Amino acid sequence: MKLPVKMTINGQSYSHEVEPRLLLVHYIRETVGLTGTHVGCDTSQCGACTIIMDGQAVKACNFFAVQTDGANIMTIEGLAKDGELHPIQQGFWEKHGLQCGFCTPGMIMSVYQMLERYPKPSEELIRHQLEGNLCRCTGYHNIVKAIEWAAEHMPAKK
Amino acid sequence: MAAVASDRLFGKSIKRREDPRFITGRGQYVDDLKIPGMTYAAFVRSPHAHAKIRKIDTAAAARHPGVVAVFTGKDMTGVNSLPCGWDLRKEKKIPGVMQDLAIVPHMPLTSDAARHVGDPVAIVIADSHEAAVDGAEKVQVDWEPLPAVTVTEKAAASGAPKLHEGAPGNVAFKWEIGDRAATDAAFKTAGAVTVKKRIVNQRLVANAMEPRACVARYDDATGELTLWVTSQNPHVHRLLMCAFVLGIPEHKVRVIAPDVGGGFGSKIFLYNEEVVCSWASRRLKRPVRWTASRSEAYLTDAHGRDHVTDAEIALARDGKILGLRVKTTANLGAYLSTFAPAVPTFLYGTLLNGVYAIPAIHCEVTGVFSNTTAVDAYRGAGRPEACYVVERIVEAGARAAGMDVADLRKKNFIPKFSGAFQTQVAVVYDSGDYGAAWDRMLQMLDYRKFRAEQEAARKQGRLLGIGFSAYIEACSIAPSKLVGALGAGAGLYESGKVRVHPTGMVTVYTGSHSHGQGHETTFAQLTADKLGIPIEQVEIVHGDTGSIPFGMGTYGSRSASVGGTAILMSLNKVIEKGKKIAAHLLEASPKDIDFSGGQFQVKGAPAKAVPFGAVSLTAYVPHNYPEGLEPGLEETSFYDPSNFCFPFGAHACIVEVDRETGNVRILRYLAVDDVGNVINPMIVDGMVHGGIAQGVGQALCEGAVYDGQSGQLVTGTMMDYAVPKADMLPMYETDRTVTPTPVNPMGIKGAGETGTIAATPAVVNAVVDALAPLGVDHIEEMPMTAQRVWKIIQGAKAR
Repeated sequence: MKLPVKMTINGQSYSHEVEPRLLLVHYIRETVGLTGTHVGCDTSQCGACTIIMDGQAVKACNFFAVQTDGANIMTIEGLAKDGELHPIQQGFWEKHGLQCGFCTPGMIMSVYQMLERYPKPSEELIRHQLEGNLCRCTGYHNIVKAIEWAAEHMPAKK
Repeated sequence: MAAVASDRLFGKSIKRREDPRFITGRGQYVDDLKIPGMTYAAFVRSPHAHAKIRKIDTAAAARHPGVVAVFTGKDMTGVNSLPCGWDLRKEKKIPGVMQDLAIVPHMPLTSDAARHVGDPVAIVIADSHEAAVDGAEKVQVDWEPLPAVTVTEKAAASGAPKLHEGAPGNVAFKWEIGDRAATDAAFKTAGAVTVKKRIVNQRLVANAMEPRACVARYDDATGELTLWVTSQNPHVHRLLMCAFVLGIPEHKVRVIAPDVGGGFGSKIFLYNEEVVCSWASRRLKRPVRWTASRSEAYLTDAHGRDHVTDAEIALARDGKILGLRVKTTANLGAYLSTFAPAVPTFLYGTLLNGVYAIPAIHCEVTGVFSNTTAVDAYRGAGRPEACYVVERIVEAGARAAGMDVADLRKKNFIPKFSGAFQTQVAVVYDSGDYGAAWDRMLQMLDYRKFRAEQEAARKQGRLLGIGFSAYIEACSIAPSKLVGALGAGAGLYESGKVRVHPTGMVTVYTGSHSHGQGHETTFAQLTADKLGIPIEQVEIVHGDTGSIPFGMGTYGSRSASVGGTAILMSLNKVIEKGKKIAAHLLEASPKDIDFSGGQFQVKGAPAKAVPFGAVSLTAYVPHNYPEGLEPGLEETSFYDPSNFCFPFGAHACIVEVDRETGNVRILRYLAVDDVGNVINPMIVDGMVHGGIAQGVGQALCEGAVYDGQSGQLVTGTMMDYAVPKADMLPMYETDRTVTPTPVNPMGIKGAGETGTIAATPAVVNAVVDALAPLGVDHIEEMPMTAQRVWKIIQGAKAR
C-alpha cells in the first residue's frame, strides 16, 4: 500500500506515492534525491539528518514521510541563496568547523535554529545546544568557534 | 630545506579547498550513489554470540516480492577466506614470536558456525531496500547455540568455549619484545621501589560518523567490476579482494573511495560485506548497494583496544627508572581482521620505551580469540595502549616513591637528540626534544600555581586533580623492508603522480586518501609552492584505483610525511625535466638553469627566463625541443621511508570530581605537540582537537560492553555507546614545539593520532590525583563514568 505525500523542499513542491514506513530522511535522500541530508545512526542520536521543517530544526529520521504531508522543509541544499553562502556555512569554512564533512549538514541546520533563538550564544549555551549533534572529527572546538563567527556575522534582524 | 619565500603556502593556515561542497550538502559519499538497475542488499546475521549452523532455509525469502536473489556461504564456491595481512610465525623468522599465530579461516559468509553476534550468514538482494530487509527476515536459520566467551581474561582460560579448530585454547599467538633477563635483574636492584598495577584498556568502537557502505557494479560487457567503498586505502582493498578472496583479475577491478565520512582505522580493513556484494554483482550482473545501519556498524566494524595488562615499574631511590615489565592479554575478537596481529605487538610493544631513558624493558603479549567483533587498528592502534601503560605506571611509580609526577618525568626524559636514539624495544627514534615540549606545557599550565589552588580547594573539600601524559608515537608508517621483516604482508610506501597539462595546470594523484584530513588543501599547498604557481591551478585526486598508481592509503599518520614526500619527489622530477626544456628554449645548459617563483631562468641572468606555463606547453608541443627528450610532462614516484617518524608531546588535564555524584568535569585541557614541520597549522590543530576528544571519550564515557552470559553487545547503538558530546568537552589550549624529523625531506612527522594517544592517560591520571585525598592511588578500569567514580569514592570512604 502506498500513500500520497506532498511537501515543499527548498521552495520546490514535490508529490509522490510512498510506503507508510518510509522515513522522511529516506524520502528526502532516495525519493527526492537530495543527498546532503545524511544518516549516521538508527536511534536519532547523531543529528546528521537535521533539517528545518516549518521553522523548527528536526531530525528527519524521526518522522515517516506520510506524517509530514504538507510540510515546508529546508535542507542543507536550500541554505545558500543565489550562490551566496549563509553566514553559518561561511563560519564553518572560516573556522575549520568540519573535517570529514559528514555531520556538517546536520550541524549547520541545527545551528540555523540555535542562532534564531539565541542570536549571541555563550560558549556554554552553544555546547548545550549542540547536544543532539555528534561529530567524531573536530572535538567540537572549531565548531564552537564557527558558530561564534556565524553569530557575529549574521545580518541584523529587521 | 630550501629558503623560505615570503609567499610560501607551506606553514600557512589557508582555508580548506574541499569545504564548499561539504558545507552546501554536495559531498558525494558512497550511500549517495544511485545507478540504473541498482539492487539493495541486506545481510542476515547471527543473533547468537556462538552457534552452530544446522541449516539455512532461504526459500521463503527468495519468494518474497522484490527479492532478486538470496545467497549463503555455500553458494560462494571458489571464494576464499578474508586474509590476515600480518603473519606472526617462527618459520617466517618474525622476531619475538613465542607461539605461532593461529591463522584461522574467516569466510565472507560463514556456513559452519557463527562466532560473534552479527556474524553474517546470508545476503538478500532486492529491488528496494525495504524488500531486502523484509526478505532477510524470512531467511530461516536453524541455530544450535553454543556457550560463548567474551571476556578478555577468560577467553584462554581452561574450559573456555573453543572458537576455532586451528586455535587450541583460543590462543591466537604469544609474542615478546625486550630483554627479559635484564629486566628481571633491574627489578632486583637493591633499594629499588617497585610497583605493579593491573591496567585495563577497554574495547572501543571507532564510530566514524558515516557508516560503512559499498556499491558494486559489474559490467558484463567489459568484464569490469567497479566497487565504490568507504575505504581509507582503495588499492589495498582491491589487492586483497582480487588476489586473496575472489581470485578475479586486479586490472579489471576499479575501487573508488569517494568522499568518506571519517575512518579512524575502521575503514582500513577488507570486510565481509564489500566482498559479498562484489561477488553477488558479478553473479547477478547488476549493481548491488549495501549501507550499514549504525547498529550493524557496532556489530561489524572492527573494534579497537581491549587489553588487560599487568605493568610493573622499578625506580631507583632518586627516581630514575630502572626497568619496566609488561604482560598483556589482547582480545582479537572472533576472527583475525586484516592487520589485527600487528596492533598489540609491533605497534604496541615497540612504544613502551616512551620518552624515557629506561635501561631495561620486557613485554609479553598473548593474543586471544573470543566471541566478540574482531579487533584491529583504531586511531593510534597499539600506541595509545602503550602510552596508556607507560604514563599510568610512571605516575603510580612516582606516587610510590613519594615524588612529584612532573619532577619524576623530567628526571627521566631522554635528552635532546637528532638522528637516532636506540630504544630498548627495537625501534630507533628519529629526533626528539621531550623536555622542551614538557616545559612549554608546564609554563602554559602554571603548574606550581595549580598545586597551590588544588591545596586550597582540597581544604574546602573539593576534589581537584591534574594528570599528565608525555607521549611518543610511531608515525609515517613505514619502511617496507622493516615491516616486511616484522610480518607485514604489504609494503608501506606511497605513490604520488604529478601530471602537468599543456596549459600549465597540474593534477596530482596521490595513493593516500582523505576522509577528513584535508589532502585537497595541504597537498595543493605543497604543489603550488614547489612549482611557483597559484594554488587554483592545482587539483588533487585521491581515492580511485582507476587513475592513481598503486598506493597504500591513509592510516598511521602517514599522509603528509609519506604521501606528501612521494608528491614532492615527482615535483622535483617535473622541475628537472622542465630545466632541460627551458635550457633548450633559452639556449643554455640545463645545469645553469634555476627554478624559482614559477620561472626557469639562467643563473646570473634573470632576464633570460621562461615561465612554468611556457615550458609545460613546449613539453606537449615539442617543435622546438631538446634532442632525445621524451615529450610530455608527467612524473610518478614511490616513496618508501627509511624509518618511522616519532612525534611526541606533553599533555595535561585538570578535572574536578563531584564528591556526591562521582561526575568528572574537565576544567582545562592543555596540549603541546611536536609533529615536526607543519604544512597547514589550522588543519593540524583540528586533528589534535579531534584526537583529544576521542582520547577523552575513552577516559570518561566510551566502552564496548558485552553481556558476559549471552555474549550480546550491550552497547550496540548510539543510545548505549557514549560518543562524547560538545558539552562534555572544554576549549583545548594547544601549542607546538617544532623538532623536524631527519627521515623525510620536509621534516614532517605526522599528526593524526597524537591527541588520542596522549589524552586518555592524562584524563585518568587527573581523576586519580583528584581522588588522592580519599586514599585512592590507582584506578584499574575505564571509562570514568560517574557511576564508576562514585563507587570508587564509596569504596575509599569505607576503608
